[in-house]
Amino acid sequence: MSNGVVKSTSQIVQKEMIGRNYDRITGGDAKVSSTFVPGNLNELLMCFDIANNLPEINAIQNAMRKKSGDMIMEAERAGHSEDVCTYVKADIGMMAKGNIAPNGKPFPDPDILLLSYTGCFTFMKWFELLREQYKCPTVMLHVPYAADGKPTRNMRDYIVRQLKDEVIPALEKVSGIRFDIDRLREYLRKSAIAEDDMVWMLESTKHRPSPIDCYFGGVYYMGPIFTAFRGTDEAIEYYRLLRLEIQDRIDKGLCAQTPEGDMPEERYRLVVEGPPNWTSFRDFWHMFHEAGAVVVASSYTKVGGIYDYEGFRHDPDHPLETLADYCLGVYTNRNLPTRVDMLVRNISEYDADGLLINSIKSCNSFSAGQLVMLREIEKLTGKPGAFIETDLVDPRYFSAANVKNRLESYFQMIDQKRRAGGSAAIVA
Amino acid sequence: MRTFIGIDLGSTTTKALLVDENKAVLGRGITNSRSNYDVAAAVSKQEAKIGARFTLLNQVLGSGGGAARLLADLERNFRLEQFLSELGRLEENCEAHLGHPRFKDGRTALREALSSVFRRIEAEAPAIYAPGAGRKSDFFRDIAGSRFMSLAESASREASLSFESMLNIYDKSILDVESKVSSDDTVSRQLLNGLSRAYREADGVDVSEAEARAALEKALSFELEETYVVGTGYGRVRLPFPKEHIRSEILCHGLGAHMMFPGTRTVLDIGGQDTKGIQVDGNGIVTNFQMNDRCAAGCGRYLGYIADEMKIGLHELGPIAMKASKAVRINSTCTVFAGAELRDRLALGETRPDILAGLHRAIMLRAMSIISRSGGVTNEFTFTGGVAKNEAAVQELRQLVRENYGDVTINIGADSIYTGALGGASFAHSAVARQEGA
Repeated sequence: MSNGVVKSTSQIVQKEMIGRNYDRITGGDAKVSSTFVPGNLNELLMCFDIANNLPEINAIQNAMRKKSGDMIMEAERAGHSEDVCTYVKADIGMMAKGNIAPNGKPFPDPDILLLSYTGCFTFMKWFELLREQYKCPTVMLHVPYAADGKPTRNMRDYIVRQLKDEVIPALEKVSGIRFDIDRLREYLRKSAIAEDDMVWMLESTKHRPSPIDCYFGGVYYMGPIFTAFRGTDEAIEYYRLLRLEIQDRIDKGLCAQTPEGDMPEERYRLVVEGPPNWTSFRDFWHMFHEAGAVVVASSYTKVGGIYDYEGFRHDPDHPLETLADYCLGVYTNRNLPTRVDMLVRNISEYDADGLLINSIKSCNSFSAGQLVMLREIEKLTGKPGAFIETDLVDPRYFSAANVKNRLESYFQMIDQKRRAGGSAAIVA
Repeated sequence: MRTFIGIDLGSTTTKALLVDENKAVLGRGITNSRSNYDVAAAVSKQEAKIGARFTLLNQVLGSGGGAARLLADLERNFRLEQFLSELGRLEENCEAHLGHPRFKDGRTALREALSSVFRRIEAEAPAIYAPGAGRKSDFFRDIAGSRFMSLAESASREASLSFESMLNIYDKSILDVESKVSSDDTVSRQLLNGLSRAYREADGVDVSEAEARAALEKALSFELEETYVVGTGYGRVRLPFPKEHIRSEILCHGLGAHMMFPGTRTVLDIGGQDTKGIQVDGNGIVTNFQMNDRCAAGCGRYLGYIADEMKIGLHELGPIAMKASKAVRINSTCTVFAGAELRDRLALGETRPDILAGLHRAIMLRAMSIISRSGGVTNEFTFTGGVAKNEAAVQELRQLVRENYGDVTINIGADSIYTGALGGASFAHSAVARQEGA
């Protein structure tokens, strides 16, 4: 425990894992790839002994350390507009400020830029800026948008062909290591083991009370699977440990774990759509904690890839095809009706009180269409929804009083609806 | 008697409302929010109790014999009594502040000048509260303040004194006056004095002064028990009572609008710093809401800022805009930019009414966007909040609703500024009903 924050063993283990990865990236011995979270190809990078550096995660780390504000200002001074995605600006600003990793050592220039999700146009522009800066090889895996909700066979074949013809040769060239498909199969087999425990974690919130929070807590629990650890023994061990911890909480009937300790009472169960705010993460979580609100499912915990909708697991028997499926299945690569269906199912299967949308103004991937989704989901579930706006890593755009005001209104709206219970006589 | 109270602590004004056992409204009270919400809550509550005394007096008097006229006369004269007593307190405070060493040299001259200002305001006071006299504001600070500024300026000029010194004394003194909440005894005395004044000018009233006095004493004899108080609005966390007594203004406005107009399905509330689009079901239960985020452009303060820029009173904006022959296009997303555009348009020769019409349209365009986000307008549509009193704003709203949603019943109540407080009072009533039913 530090700074009064209650941490579990799995959290301490994860912190050490992240620290080791930053040490590897900054150590100078390994080749380094910069890549993004959604649909990343960690197992493939591992086949070439390439360390995985994720600029989005760096932006998040800097935001939670209260450093992103200055970095964003730095990027704005360099000419990046106020409206640009703040992950990008935090990254550009970090480079301008010496490119220091969270472990205090300078990031090396990446050896390759690997883009494996093209649903976000900003990602492409981001990498163009990085390519300009680092003058290193840049590989772009084009992932078609699943406009009809479900990826098609053609889309999968198209990605596999790109992997064979472009991505793998580029990684071989950068690393000097020949691609070994059996090595990939072994990593994928390990991914699937960790993924089983990870899905168990996601579904543990069906319990009443929910033993964990699957939005604020969820971003920690998703960390290893979405970053540099999928396919490793460390991830298998992490999720095994996490599962034991959660099972213990269920056995003891504990409410969700938060940085302030166990929630004393579970009053509201919510499904949340959209990324969290990182600069005021603890304050934001506290607003839920003090109201007794737990998030039982969230779309953000599907941002890297989706495991609990169609039962996806990495499949070692079809190694390249499974990588293609993973890239295609990313949450924001799905059309709005599919996202609506996913959230509706979450609300019903997790017995939630309703849907809260945290809309990020500078993130079109997530935000476009959210109001339409809200209406549709309200209509389909009959449960109340609410809408708040914050930002990813720009501290200027988190208005605590306004967010709290809307959250309180929403919680009371749920209370009012419960009290009414369909009766016309009691309205307050 | 048991009363259930809702207090809506807004950024500009604080409203309180009392209901009885049957949820019938007994009294409403309003005051400016100041920087002190505790005092604002206490003052508005006392004002609502005063309103309740009038309701009770009306019940005792009945409707015949010129009772309505008597109540109107009493109201004016009571307000005059209240004004004079606050003016007296203001003068006492000024006298106390004169004791400060910095006024040592010119103290006598300042005292004389201040005294002349107060005597003149006292002399003007009956005209301010005369039948049919229009007031730009009902708040003591506004009425006394504007007269003080004007009279002190000429008094200081005549006596070759520093106007700044007089202003400084006033600024310090008014704060103390505003922070004092009148006791029930003071209110009773002011009401009885007001009644005596009313009878000095009584006309068209059959009720004798003795009968009226007995009725008033009876109305004052009811104990108004504060059975349960619910707070809402931006300052609600400052209210000195438990968390369970605090309700979101979204829910209060939704329920309040339903109580005023039971057919309500969509509510627009434009307050000082926020605009709310609320959807309610047939029981007044909120089903969806949206509020302005990050930016308060298009709210009541927007109009306040424009009024300041134009050096006119907030109440004058609507009437001037109603004289417009066209609406000049004005930015709706930034209050400060709107101020700049206003100066620009004036420089280009556009008329003030046309510019103001454009500003009112800008506010309503912003409101329409928020309503759309909450789910659009469903019949019936109820408009609440301070801006609902502005006829130019209402005119623009009606037009935009018609253009976008066709024929929709638009409800605007005379007491719409109390919608949140009414919802709060209803929550207070229900909380007690639940406790007693449990």
